[in-house]
Amino acid sequence: MSYRDGHFQDLKVPLTWTVGVAVVVAILAAVALLLSDRRESLQSGLIGVGRATADVAASPVGEAISAPGRWTGQATQFIKDYFGAVSENRRLRAENAELRQWKAAAIALDDTNARYRALLGFRTNPPIPMASAHVILDSRGPFADTRLADAGKEKGVEVGNPVMNERGLVGRVIGVAHGASRVLLLTDVASRTPVLVDRTDARAILTGDASQTPKLEYLRGAESIKEGDRILSSGDGGMIPRGLPIGTAVKGLDGSWRVRLDADESSIDFVRILLFKDFSQLVNQQELAQPGAPPAPPAPPSAAPAVSAKPTQSKAKPPSATSNTVSIGAARPAPAPPPLPGASAAAPDSAAAPPAAAPSERTQ
Amino acid sequence: MAGLTERLDPVRWMGVPMAACMAGTLLFAAPIRVFGLRLPEPVFAMVVVFAWAVLRPTILAPLLLLVLGLFDDLVWGGRVGLWGLGLLVAYGFVLVTRNMMSGQGRPMMWVWWAATLSVCMGSIYLTVRLLTGNAPDLLAVGGQWLPTVLLYPLAERLIAQFEDADPRFR
Repeated sequence: MSYRDGHFQDLKVPLTWTVGVAVVVAILAAVALLLSDRRESLQSGLIGVGRATADVAASPVGEAISAPGRWTGQATQFIKDYFGAVSENRRLRAENAELRQWKAAAIALDDTNARYRALLGFRTNPPIPMASAHVILDSRGPFADTRLADAGKEKGVEVGNPVMNERGLVGRVIGVAHGASRVLLLTDVASRTPVLVDRTDARAILTGDASQTPKLEYLRGAESIKEGDRILSSGDGGMIPRGLPIGTAVKGLDGSWRVRLDADESSIDFVRILLFKDFSQLVNQQELAQPGAPPAPPAPPSAAPAVSAKPTQSKAKPPSATSNTVSIGAARPAPAPPPLPGASAAAPDSAAAPPAAAPSERTQ
Repeated sequence: MAGLTERLDPVRWMGVPMAACMAGTLLFAAPIRVFGLRLPEPVFAMVVVFAWAVLRPTILAPLLLLVLGLFDDLVWGGRVGLWGLGLLVAYGFVLVTRNMMSGQGRPMMWVWWAATLSVCMGSIYLTVRLLTGNAPDLLAVGGQWLPTVLLYPLAERLIAQFEDADPRFR
């Protein structure tokens, strides 16, 4: 029986309306995908796996597409180097003379610094291993600013690892597959990076908005920043080590403080992925989570039941990323027991306090 | 009738242009610098969004646009579903207004193309703002809007190639 002889031969559906319904259904599917995608936690779930697979598949394609451009660039550079060798040599001699003076100063400062560290018993950060990679796909749109680098799990890259070029911080890894990793740039609208002003130690959050100069948000105090101040990573939150160069403060046209990124001064073709372990990954979480001896009970006040309830609540909290600072505080010599029950409730606030003393405690 | 069916072969008027859009997206995502300047990043998928809706409504188009949007999201590293949403909203816009476009000259169609693109990028802008609580810079949005507006001749060519294929929707 042919289709035309069937029961549906007289069924007529207006095409435009049917397509309209199909469009609405597809839009709902897109919204559902959008809501289920968490770009910050890529490694789990169907979308994360699909994204990792796409990155692996795109890696050789990007490699092949970018190869001619890379060869052309190398050829152009070779010609430039050949014809500019004399002037380059002259410039390098002058720069070398200046650097010799800086070297002498650096040796003296390093010596002084080592003595101070020895006197204070200061624990310095362990050296951070790195993986080199070159960028094979480059997205620059206003709604996503990411790069695909050709180093992945096989080189020990993990989600959250900071990424630098030879000038400064570029971004962080948000997805890893075998042979490829996706890097979220500081300029992406979803990027938030804790930073500090080198001159005043003022803290802020560097917020990408797809422009060349990301904004500085949550900056306190009118005098805390001025034009030309160096901006470094603050290390707050433990994702990125403290002190990585990020850029220079500039005043935006809209009156907000922005950062001209150091990384933009050269191309982001080759990058270094810092295989940085957060303090929370280095420390023995199980040991930290061991319940210690309970504090000595305070003198029996009238509100005794409230006193016993609050410390129990704080101990029952599961270890989490935000609780690291609190855990470090707990590892110090036990302070005197709080005189009032309200004091124990203030413990979580200490995690949000400016972590001026925290870096010296941390081994990141 | 047989000739008409052949001319409206979905592979020719949908499959091949879609594959070309994907190839263009990948090519322009390469980290190539010309005289120290990076390549622009136009939205090639807009070519098929506009042309498919102008040529004739079809149930297959929304599905393929969703796939094309997912491809863009995966290549550009954005949130999955973001470009699918924008392309489908733009497709719906053209579908609703296609009767007004009939008989218009090239400059007017170009303006319509720019308006469609604005609807697409506007919807994505609002979605990103809603999801991240942070508004993308309008200059950066313009940096993608402008090169995409210049792609209209590609859509025009696709429309011209198949506009006589189905006289019911001319």
